[in-house]
Amino acid sequence: MNDMKPGSVVGYMKSGYALVQRNYNLIKHEMGWEIVNTIYQVVNALTIGFIGVAGPQEGLNERVLFLVSGALLWGFLSILFHEVAESVAWERWEGTIEYSFMAPQPRGVYMFGVCMWAIAYGLVRVVICLTAVTLAFNISLAEANLGGALLTLAASSLAFIGMGLAAAVLPLISPEKGSQATHIFQAVVLLVSGVYYDVAVLPAWVRPLSYISPATYTLRAARAALLEGASVRMLLPDLLALVLLGAILIPVGFWIFSIGENYAMRTGKLKRTG
Amino acid sequence: MTAAIQCYHACKSFKESVRKTEKAEAGSRDRRAHRRIADFILPSKVTVEAVKDVSFDVKRGEIFGILGPNGSGKSTLIRMISTLLIPDSGTVRVFGKDVVEDRLEVRRYINRVSVEAAFFKRLSATENLEYAARLYGLDPKEGLLKAKAILARLGFPNSKVDVSLENLSRGMQQKVAIARALMTAPVALLLDEPTTGLDPVSKRDVQDFVLDVRNTHDTTVILTTHDMEEADRLCDRIAVIHDGEFVALDTPENLKRQCANGNGHLPNLEEVFFRLTGRSPNEWETEGEDE
Ligand SMILES: Nc1ncnc2c1ncn2[C@@H]1O[C@H](COP(=O)(O)OP(=O)(O)OP(=O)(O)O)[C@@H](O)[C@H]1O
Ligand SMILES: [Mg+2]
Repeated sequence: MNDMKPGSVVGYMKSGYALVQRNYNLIKHEMGWEIVNTIYQVVNALTIGFIGVAGPQEGLNERVLFLVSGALLWGFLSILFHEVAESVAWERWEGTIEYSFMAPQPRGVYMFGVCMWAIAYGLVRVVICLTAVTLAFNISLAEANLGGALLTLAASSLAFIGMGLAAAVLPLISPEKGSQATHIFQAVVLLVSGVYYDVAVLPAWVRPLSYISPATYTLRAARAALLEGASVRMLLPDLLALVLLGAILIPVGFWIFSIGENYAMRTGKLKRTG
Repeated sequence: MTAAIQCYHACKSFKESVRKTEKAEAGSRDRRAHRRIADFILPSKVTVEAVKDVSFDVKRGEIFGILGPNGSGKSTLIRMISTLLIPDSGTVRVFGKDVVEDRLEVRRYINRVSVEAAFFKRLSATENLEYAARLYGLDPKEGLLKAKAILARLGFPNSKVDVSLENLSRGMQQKVAIARALMTAPVALLLDEPTTGLDPVSKRDVQDFVLDVRNTHDTTVILTTHDMEEADRLCDRIAVIHDGEFVALDTPENLKRQCANGNGHLPNLEEVFFRLTGRSPNEWETEGEDE
């Protein structure tokens, strides 16, 4: 029998770290792709920043900052969502899912490991992007409340992880089409959350979706902190909304995932060629 | 004392979608368009009964063989014992723990080697083994040391431990899979065709190792194989499964005796297999001639 003491928190943390280490090893072997993806993200952020530069001189700094912060935040949040949602699709594709899911590790620990990886990886990517953007544009962050922006990012991570968990179920129940569906979901969040524009411009029938998308609150709060230097007290309503969404979405996402896993184990869909 | 692995009336069936149009097209050309569209949207499902009412006990320290033709339900049975498939009905217990109710506990006892090499193919053997060690809560260094000792015993070249799995031969991958499973010191070991794809020497090495593990650690082993000699050599008892049903369960000797014909000649296990699964090589030849 193995050394893992049932229920030992340290033991579980260590076994969750297995996922972080594994994913790190995987990207080490795919360095070429990593470089391509990072460059793409940087170029994308720069392009969007230049759209702001192209406008009138008045309000230039705010406009560029508005767009660039959208690109950076969306970059981070979509990596977070993608890494969590695709973790299962990935293992299916590799054919390792049965092995990983047969380990004496509660699914929550597995998912915790995946989320820790997603956060660490997302942060590294966003910092690279941020550096490139600050070098390219003469952005003044003198009045910004950087601490508040970081707090917003942390609070919104919870909600995005929750959505990722719920979306991770799709490849589990539909091996062929699940992965595509997560992309559609991601695209809708991008559309309704006001990443590059104020949600006020959305047609009335789309607006309600913006209220339930956590990204809406993330972007609003992060921009208030970066552009207007809003204090944490002023950000509080949005932060609370994010924490609340996270508190709902994580358990719900995990619950949906567990149902999906049971369904897959009943119907024989865990197999690589379901 | 309770049995190490108990399986009572276990059943498992799958739904497979079949596009009727594709089936029918060859025969009749008169398929209405709306029928085709309906089939495309809602393909009809056929039920495949992979395991039908299978019951058996495996004693602690026993090597229990499951033989059967392709698609007879061996892997499905192994998957149910490994907590990867939930039985439709019946119960499966490992050391008294139910594979559905006490899933996590069962997982602490078992490990499985499957036919398909389930690896991250870009990663090396070392990286894959390190992942496995951490996943199972082992100290990664100790786990690796242990796995490498097993690999050395199986004749895995040390120069290949840091090569991507995708660049290893199938037999080498299989050895890594065996080392990965045994590294966690399971008390119940589920081997689904562990020696398929191995050369005769490697096969022997694996067989000796399985016997050794059982003898020194009292490990309970369930083994499926298409190699009759291997089954004869390793298994204390053998079940023959055919179309999801056990058609025989006994020691290799008794199985041979049961299938002996009048002239006192004891058949080998291969002949027993043909007899019990109702498919002899001779039948095959005559069928071929008919066409
Ligand atoms: N996940 C699954 N989904 C649908 N059908 C399945 C699934 N797994 C197995 N089956 C079907 O169940 C039957 C038994 O398959 P199984 O893999 O258990 O056979 P096996 O005895 O292991 O065969 P082999 O000797 O080829 O490995 C087959 O008809 C197979 O098509
Ligand atoms: Mg099989």
